[in-house]
Amino acid sequence: MAPDESGRTLSIALAGNPNVGKSTVFNALTGMHQHTGNWPGKTVALASGSFRSRGRPCRITDLPGTYSLMSRSEEETVARDFILFGGADCTVIVCDASCLERGLNLFLQTAQLTENIVLCVNLIDEADKKHIRVDFQRLERELGVPVIPVCARERRGLTKLIDAVAGMPKYRQTHHCLRVRYPKLIEDAAAMLVPAVERESGGRGDARFLALKLLEGDPDLAESMEEHLHLDLSAHLKQEVERARQYLRDRFIDDDRLRDILTQTTVRAASEIAGRCVEIPRDWDRRDRRLDRILTGRFTGTLCMLLLLGIVFFITITGANYPSGWLMDGFSALGTALRGALEAIHTPDWIVMPLMDGVYLTLTWVVSVMLPPMAIFFPIFTLLEDSGYLPRIAFNLDSKFKHAGACGKQALTLCMGFGCNAAGVTGCRIIDSPRERMIAVLTNAFVPCNGRFPFLITMISAFLTGTLAFPLNAAASSLILVCTILLGIGMTLLVSRLLSGTLLRGVPSSFTLELPPYRRPQIGRVIVRSVLDRTVFVLGRAAAVAAPAGLVLWLCANVRFGGSSIFEWLSGLLDPIAAWFGVDGVIFAAFLFGLPANEIVLPIMMMGYLSTGTMVEAGSLVQMSALFTGNGWTVLTAVNVMILCLFHSPCATTLWTVKKETGSLKWALLSAALPAACGLLLCFVITQLTRMIGAL
Amino acid sequence: MTESAIAQISLDTLAPSQHAFICSVVARDDIRRRLQELGFLPGAEVVCLMRAPSGDPTAYRICSAVIALRREDAQRIRISFHTPEHTETEVLAHGT
Repeated sequence: MAPDESGRTLSIALAGNPNVGKSTVFNALTGMHQHTGNWPGKTVALASGSFRSRGRPCRITDLPGTYSLMSRSEEETVARDFILFGGADCTVIVCDASCLERGLNLFLQTAQLTENIVLCVNLIDEADKKHIRVDFQRLERELGVPVIPVCARERRGLTKLIDAVAGMPKYRQTHHCLRVRYPKLIEDAAAMLVPAVERESGGRGDARFLALKLLEGDPDLAESMEEHLHLDLSAHLKQEVERARQYLRDRFIDDDRLRDILTQTTVRAASEIAGRCVEIPRDWDRRDRRLDRILTGRFTGTLCMLLLLGIVFFITITGANYPSGWLMDGFSALGTALRGALEAIHTPDWIVMPLMDGVYLTLTWVVSVMLPPMAIFFPIFTLLEDSGYLPRIAFNLDSKFKHAGACGKQALTLCMGFGCNAAGVTGCRIIDSPRERMIAVLTNAFVPCNGRFPFLITMISAFLTGTLAFPLNAAASSLILVCTILLGIGMTLLVSRLLSGTLLRGVPSSFTLELPPYRRPQIGRVIVRSVLDRTVFVLGRAAAVAAPAGLVLWLCANVRFGGSSIFEWLSGLLDPIAAWFGVDGVIFAAFLFGLPANEIVLPIMMMGYLSTGTMVEAGSLVQMSALFTGNGWTVLTAVNVMILCLFHSPCATTLWTVKKETGSLKWALLSAALPAACGLLLCFVITQLTRMIGAL
Repeated sequence: MTESAIAQISLDTLAPSQHAFICSVVARDDIRRRLQELGFLPGAEVVCLMRAPSGDPTAYRICSAVIALRREDAQRIRISFHTPEHTETEVLAHGT
């Protein structure tokens, strides 16, 4: 009789194919009580969270979404190792009711590793709409595990799910989990190895599974076994493995054929079971196909993408204006109060000024400018992702990226880069091929992020379209903005092409892209979660990067040596160099000091021209344009500044993210050098050309 | 493994709305396993759904899911319009 374990924390591993709503299940169970960590030694992050079910504490780990546990990708290795060695009481496999066959393949593979599995059939509401019928009882009979229908979106079935998990020990006493058997020859060869494996592993891990993997010659598993079970594959075991493999080779089953059979057996079994338990009517995906005809059609596909891009930008930019203004006003009032309080306790000037005029001002500036657009853009992006549309973008644009030596998924990371380059860089994890991932990482900064849009728009309105009357000026501004963005995208493709021809040489990788069914996203939940995530990110970045930058900036602008501040000295020094590129020293210095955060480049410029020692708000466009023109700006200057804004080193947060993702300082520096070089080159060419034409 | 004697053609020649059956996957590298796990196995039914605006990649329905493949990769999958025979694999029921 097993001891009463009802008080012990229940440990659950959550696995499943991509696109089955696994995250929804995870979030529904854990709410806000989750955190992300790294599986030791790998860069794949594992989210884990806790919750209570019927009073019992539970801990659940969200494994990466994988199609199988047999391939060599890092995610599949991490998932497999956690199921084998992670010590979970039970593994829950989430699958999509509309695509049960593929989920069953993962189930059958997992069943080779462990018996404690619960099958969670999610998205039953979607299947109902398509009139797909799943015979859950029959499925449970055939598989020998609890099969729980769930609609995570509406939080239906979750209690039953955890009940099934908790009741696993009792269930095991009366049910046996289906374990697919391979053809006799292979089972015999594995049986030859089992005694030796059992001796060496001391009974940990499933001996038959380990034997099969050793037969297959999986080098990653050997590593994992050494790491987790602390065992070295002894010479004796290696000898036995070789003997078993020779046994197979003598019977015409070489390595390739063995791998084929191991893969195909579970896929076929899954197909047969699904055929018996699932009823799929004809034309069940009629709605999806109709949508696809529009969204991936010859003309309509591209049209929809451009339209969507325009709408998202419009909403983000106009929607962010008011909140940005409110935040600035709010912080300003708070700042005055703080200043008053500090002065009331007689804090000396040399503390108050750097603190309030440097740190506080910069910090609040960054938050005010950055937070509203991010809080709008990313929820929209996540909604598009949840709805299933984003892979269609990768589908439509893949050939362009293929010609640049990259991959269609880069289109998605590019879109993420519009919101925030750092987020775009992290998003590059969706690209499987390391070479193509690097290209995407290095070129992400070529598209303007939310921090740069206000700057670009201000430049356009003040210097390029300001003289036009409404509504012509709005239309012209939008047109120029679109052209600027297209320039960014064009440069991305060009530089990708360049990189794949030189530093990151290689052929386009093989590429499979799943186009998941369209789904209605959970609008409320997505928005709340996304806004919270983004707020935390912006505040964290403001504290870590903008605050110190503010201090440094204040010091450089106010510490005076021989009559001029460091900032003034620097801009004076850069003036002659900058002239070659059609700008001046203040502009160069502003971009340099703006490295921590793109949002402060414009205020620093104003500070430079006004020699105020603190960043200044733009006031009205007219005032600003007058100030700049008074300092020698022409249309050419404005154009060059826009080009520099578009193509310059990514902000410090992005650089740090690049270093983290690539693990190398070298690539991070390159990611800074590439856009800067392109920007400077463009400015140089445009300036010299214009001067030559002007001199004619 | 016996395959249909009728001429095998490659998947990329399948036009939108056409059905066919997979004969074999010729690719030998990492993509072989990925394709098999996605359901591109001898005997499986595949439907060509649509092509991207530029003509490549192409989306196929296999195993109740929609997978997009580039031309070069679809060229390495052989199909035929008749069900080929395939190896029997044992699927035993419950037990350890």
